[in-house]
Amino acid sequence: MSRQRVSLRQELPLLVWLVIVWGALWQDFSPGNLLLGALLAVAVARLFYLPPVELSGRFNVLKAVPFAVVFLGRVVAASCQVFYLAVAQGPKVTNAVVAVPLRSHSDLMVTATGHVISLIPGSLVVEVDRSTSTLYIHGLNVRNGEDVLKLRKEVRDTEAGLIRIMGTKEELAALKQEVGA
Amino acid sequence: MSPEPNAVDTLIDAVSAVFMVVGALMSLAAAIGLLRFPDLMSRMHAATKPQVLGLFLLLAAVGLQLRTWWVWPVLLVAWIFQLLTVPVSAHMVGRAGYRTKHLHKELLSTDELEAVVVKAAKAARDSEENDGGM
Repeated sequence: MSRQRVSLRQELPLLVWLVIVWGALWQDFSPGNLLLGALLAVAVARLFYLPPVELSGRFNVLKAVPFAVVFLGRVVAASCQVFYLAVAQGPKVTNAVVAVPLRSHSDLMVTATGHVISLIPGSLVVEVDRSTSTLYIHGLNVRNGEDVLKLRKEVRDTEAGLIRIMGTKEELAALKQEVGA
Repeated sequence: MSPEPNAVDTLIDAVSAVFMVVGALMSLAAAIGLLRFPDLMSRMHAATKPQVLGLFLLLAAVGLQLRTWWVWPVLLVAWIFQLLTVPVSAHMVGRAGYRTKHLHKELLSTDELEAVVVKAAKAARDSEENDGGM
């Protein structure tokens, strides 16, 4: 069996997450319990092998916190909007399926963008074209070309925010050039 | 021992009451959307999304009321799992719905996926015909 060795550094976020889940489930964050959790996490990660997530090695906390706050704000705003649409428009609502080409080709970035955009009510990822990293997004209440452009811009902006948080250096440089141009 | 309710307690109670009412309203929004929206895809919007906020508010209210720090990690983990799984289920149902044509085309203002699907289907048919000819 030829398995690609996963370095501990690459595996660390997964292990830390497993230990947190363990501690949370036992509701006990004493050192002994965490140590047992860590041992179990290593055992689980060894036994149930998954392809490693390719992290870029960057994570900008200063950019992540405002992003999370803005994200929560948009979830609140969009939830109210969906509520309003359900009550006011109901069966007459007009939708659209919009293709949004993304900048990044890394699986992690496409997944993260898809997740964030799906969590904001009003947009839903219908299909992903991995080869061209294009997301096909179903948008609620998209009535005309202007709304389509708005939706596309929203998705691209979300991706830009994620690149600023955890994109590779190359992606960041490309983004800076694009914004500057 | 039951101390007099002080200002902080009152504030926490008020905040968690607001959270619970708004969270319940979000679930109501999901139910109304499920009934009122015309097709599967728009129903998925209503069925999956407002809960993310609704659940967040309800969990926050639970956390505020229990006032022990060790429930917060559990609630946070529950919410994060919700965040991770909701888009996946919405995507899977939405994708299956699109492919089995459970949607009202006349209600779409644009459909940029249709051309791609038609092209891919044509390419698949062509290659099948070529295989058959050989």
